[in-house]
Amino acid sequence: MADWSRQRTSRDARIAAGRARAEGKVVAAGDVVALLEAVLRPGDRVCLEGDNQKQADGLARALAACDPGTIHDLHMVQSGIVLPEHLDVFETGIARRLDYSYSGPQGARIARMLYAGQIELGAVHTYLELFARYFVDLTPNVALIAGVCADRDGNLYTGPNTEDTPTVVEATHFKNGVVIAQVNRIVDRVPRVDIPGDRIDFVVEADRPFYVEPLFTRDPAAVTETQILIAMMALKGIYAEYGIRRLNHGIGFGTAAIELLLPTYGERLGLKGKVATHWALNPHPTLIPAIEAGFVEQIHCFGSEVGMDRYIRERPDVFFTGADGSLRSNRALCQTAGLYACDMFIGATLQIDLAGHSSTVTQSRVAGFGGAPNMGSDPHGRRHPSDTWLKAGREAGGAGDPALMRGRKLVVQLVETFGEGLVPTFVERLDAMELARKIGLELAPVMIYGDDVTHIVTEEGIANLLLCRDADEREQAIRGVAGYTEVGRGRDRAKVEALRARKIIRRPEDLGIEPLDADRSLLAARSIKDLVHWSGGLYEPPAKFRNW
Amino acid sequence: MESLTFRHTTTTPSPGSTPRAITGVVASGNLEVLLERVLAPDACEVTIETPVRGYGDVWEAVVADFVARGPAGGLRISINDGGARPDAVALRLAQGARLMEA
Repeated sequence: MADWSRQRTSRDARIAAGRARAEGKVVAAGDVVALLEAVLRPGDRVCLEGDNQKQADGLARALAACDPGTIHDLHMVQSGIVLPEHLDVFETGIARRLDYSYSGPQGARIARMLYAGQIELGAVHTYLELFARYFVDLTPNVALIAGVCADRDGNLYTGPNTEDTPTVVEATHFKNGVVIAQVNRIVDRVPRVDIPGDRIDFVVEADRPFYVEPLFTRDPAAVTETQILIAMMALKGIYAEYGIRRLNHGIGFGTAAIELLLPTYGERLGLKGKVATHWALNPHPTLIPAIEAGFVEQIHCFGSEVGMDRYIRERPDVFFTGADGSLRSNRALCQTAGLYACDMFIGATLQIDLAGHSSTVTQSRVAGFGGAPNMGSDPHGRRHPSDTWLKAGREAGGAGDPALMRGRKLVVQLVETFGEGLVPTFVERLDAMELARKIGLELAPVMIYGDDVTHIVTEEGIANLLLCRDADEREQAIRGVAGYTEVGRGRDRAKVEALRARKIIRRPEDLGIEPLDADRSLLAARSIKDLVHWSGGLYEPPAKFRNW
Repeated sequence: MESLTFRHTTTTPSPGSTPRAITGVVASGNLEVLLERVLAPDACEVTIETPVRGYGDVWEAVVADFVARGPAGGLRISINDGGARPDAVALRLAQGARLMEA
């Protein structure tokens, strides 16, 4: 007779083995390694919660301390490779295979380990793509997650950084997996229940609070005049022209400059209430002035940001908050919002080639994708119109009945022609191609494919790729805003002037932008301290950003 | 240090009558630009003192584009460079030209 519950039997055995190291669901910090060795089996698929921001760091240290003779050949499925322990387990043999999404802080080491063949790489995913696979062919046997506090029944309060937790628990618990949570403390009653206790099998009170990476704090003091000029062009030539109300911003200084110009330059252009009203965005401190100036109606967040908790609590009309008053974030749902409900993604990249493909991979760093490819792509499943989306669709051309012409999401790359150390942003060939060749990947790790990009904005101007009708026009439009890089200087000047006459390329002077305005006095806040003032003292910047 | 001088003839004189303007600062990644209305209306001369050697062709291209795009006739322009990128140079030149138009 067929046995239809082998997974459940295995789960019951794992839980029974774990219970021997626990008091009910509660495990002492000193017993975590023993717990993991009791619950895990060689070859297990394990999701170790490493999010964009929140890290189950105590459980990561415990996993790295397991005996590789007992626990080995794990298949790690996790969105972020952020902590050293996330890679240590591959050096000791505890883990062998990896499917992940983002590896910013460990980008250099993961590149070395991939080159050395120390990691058997499944694929580098976008967030939504990896989350989707948790429910299809990468379902975890064991999930190791992080929360702020829990009660003895396992009811979990994640606090403002809920991030990936509900998705990870959903996939693991409801498919016969075991869920182990680390919390900062065990309490009698949690402020709100983010994950119901019957989905949590073990709770560990960690020896120190979980680590959160302040990933989205940009110090206004570091915004340059070139970035201000680019931000002015974007606001006037894109936000105003397309009337973009629903959007996502990337993480760079260019978009931070736009946020800081909304209350000044944006106000002068009469854009309040007309652009940038609804967001899928982490709580960027640099957005505080625009919120306070009344530009922003609402924001849904992937995660939180260090220091923003009190401010968010006092602005519940803008943010999504729980009964306890604190932010409720959710990466999977916010990624979906960014994919389907936003009319524009605007962000930076490290390299753009002549077809508009972009990548953040360099030969020595593999940063992964995170969510940008979801936000920065045109979703073919979208069916609701908006003026912005339809206008972009019309510019992209096409023939036939307008009622059958889909719109386009705006995907804007905001870059300076040269990056740090005079490294050109525009290249003939992406470093990602070389990486793919070296480690034998079938697909080069491209962040945003050229056919999804609609505009490139540099200090030299805006290239509208929607209006280009063939590959040659597209290449010349890209060269035409590539400044004094070799790609830029390799332009066909006559063709670029022809593109300018057709408004495919627009210079600052074509947009009526006054170069003298490109001054730091145009920023609504010029320092972290200014942001604190704008917030009425509610924003509490992390120590490394306090320089007063 | 490297010293560079570029002389151009131009059809567009700088409008206005401001005799002299200065913009920017000599700091890392930045530059100081002094503009003086002392040349014939069809001449523009740009001299550059830069601590970074070997970028003469980029400076030449930036200056040529500036003269072609902006009204620069009559101006002698002296640049003290602090290792600025071409984008900062182009912006600073455009700002200086605007200051001279007052």
